[in-house]
Amino acid sequence: MLDKNGIAKRIAREVEDGFYVNLGIGIPTLVANYVRDDIEVEFQSENGVLGMGPFPFEGDEDADIINAGKQTITTLPGASFFDSAMSFGMIRGQHVDLTILGAMEVSENGDIANWKIPGKMVKGMGGAMDLVASAENIIVAMMHTNRAGASKLLKSCSLPLTGVACVKKIVTNMAVIEVTPKGFKLLERAPGVSVEEIKNATEGALIIDGDIPEMIL
Amino acid sequence: MINKKVANITEALDGVSDNMTFMFGGFGLSGIPENAIAELVKRNIKGLTCISNNAGVDNFGLGLLLQQKQIKKMISSYVGENDEFERQMLSGELDVELIPQGTLAERARAAQCGFPAFYTPAGFGTEVAEGKETREFNGKMYVLEHAFNADFGFIKAWKGDAAGNLIFKGTARNFNPNMCGAAKITVVEVEELVPVGELDPNQIHIPGIFVQRIFQGEKFEKRIEQLTVRQKA
Repeated sequence: MLDKNGIAKRIAREVEDGFYVNLGIGIPTLVANYVRDDIEVEFQSENGVLGMGPFPFEGDEDADIINAGKQTITTLPGASFFDSAMSFGMIRGQHVDLTILGAMEVSENGDIANWKIPGKMVKGMGGAMDLVASAENIIVAMMHTNRAGASKLLKSCSLPLTGVACVKKIVTNMAVIEVTPKGFKLLERAPGVSVEEIKNATEGALIIDGDIPEMIL
Repeated sequence: MINKKVANITEALDGVSDNMTFMFGGFGLSGIPENAIAELVKRNIKGLTCISNNAGVDNFGLGLLLQQKQIKKMISSYVGENDEFERQMLSGELDVELIPQGTLAERARAAQCGFPAFYTPAGFGTEVAEGKETREFNGKMYVLEHAFNADFGFIKAWKGDAAGNLIFKGTARNFNPNMCGAAKITVVEVEELVPVGELDPNQIHIPGIFVQRIFQGEKFEKRIEQLTVRQKA
């Protein structure tokens, strides 16, 4: 079973040379720590920066340079700033190659719910609806089950949707799963996790085709 | 040169009154019009509809207007960092319309540049699209969203001149350029009001034609919401 850093490490292997990547808040943010250093990747933050770097050294922080999580950041050589309309132009116009975000629920047809729990304080969708409605390549990073132990990979989402039929791949603490027209297709197992355990933790239809290899991290 | 410079904050906010709709630039606390917000707090006008990506924190940004119950309705994409906001929202005192961030930016930009409405894929199939016109283009579904219609836009820029030309800094740019010229009256506060001719015309982000009033802000606290640093090795 993987921890959050393990999930991030596995997702980092999906990032290719020359990719522009948008990382959501939470586990996705950790992906930046594990991207190979022999490839060129630029991180986009939807509040208006391409070419995000690491956190600043203490004392170098600038209130005018933050990421979408409102954290102080730095920029790398070649970075650029832009306004919000242009930022979402990049996103809706499909110029961003890969979007990685968290989710509360994903359904077997690729619907995603990650912004609202009825009866609880709603914080808002931020840029998530624009991202999932537009991106061609969406990977969800999440735990396979919720805190109560219930599956987050469902036949259909029970929570209000963020987007429909948009998720392509899911990386959890247990498995790598591809969303296909026939349902969730199991591609890889996390180290030490059996196919049976993944099956039990998945409510939606799970397609198991031949031997399922263990993840390479 | 057409002069947009006003003498002070009182003149800058001349004409604001109860029940108006305002737009505010800023993302989180970055690039918010701190001086205009302070003046609105002072005037204590009520029943406001505020269009802003976020709603500030409890004791800063639009949170200051919330404390005095000046806001009737918020139109935002994310409002998570504010206890008083939550209290007013859950008690029904505050009306909240949550919309996707890219849609918020584009509804401002549409108002700025003369589009009454536009189609976006954001929110299709979700409760955001409920009651809205949808349409298929090239096999994909889109939602019709309308341009904002606001009385005042409050903008924060880094540098500007009396002609109203503006330059923004870093990610404090965010919604600010998109909201210039998107309301009936655009009021800009700058950190540095420079003499006309000093800004290189090649480097101007927003031309003065989109600005009605400009002034040098008296005070910018520029509060950091999430301070994240790494240690020097």
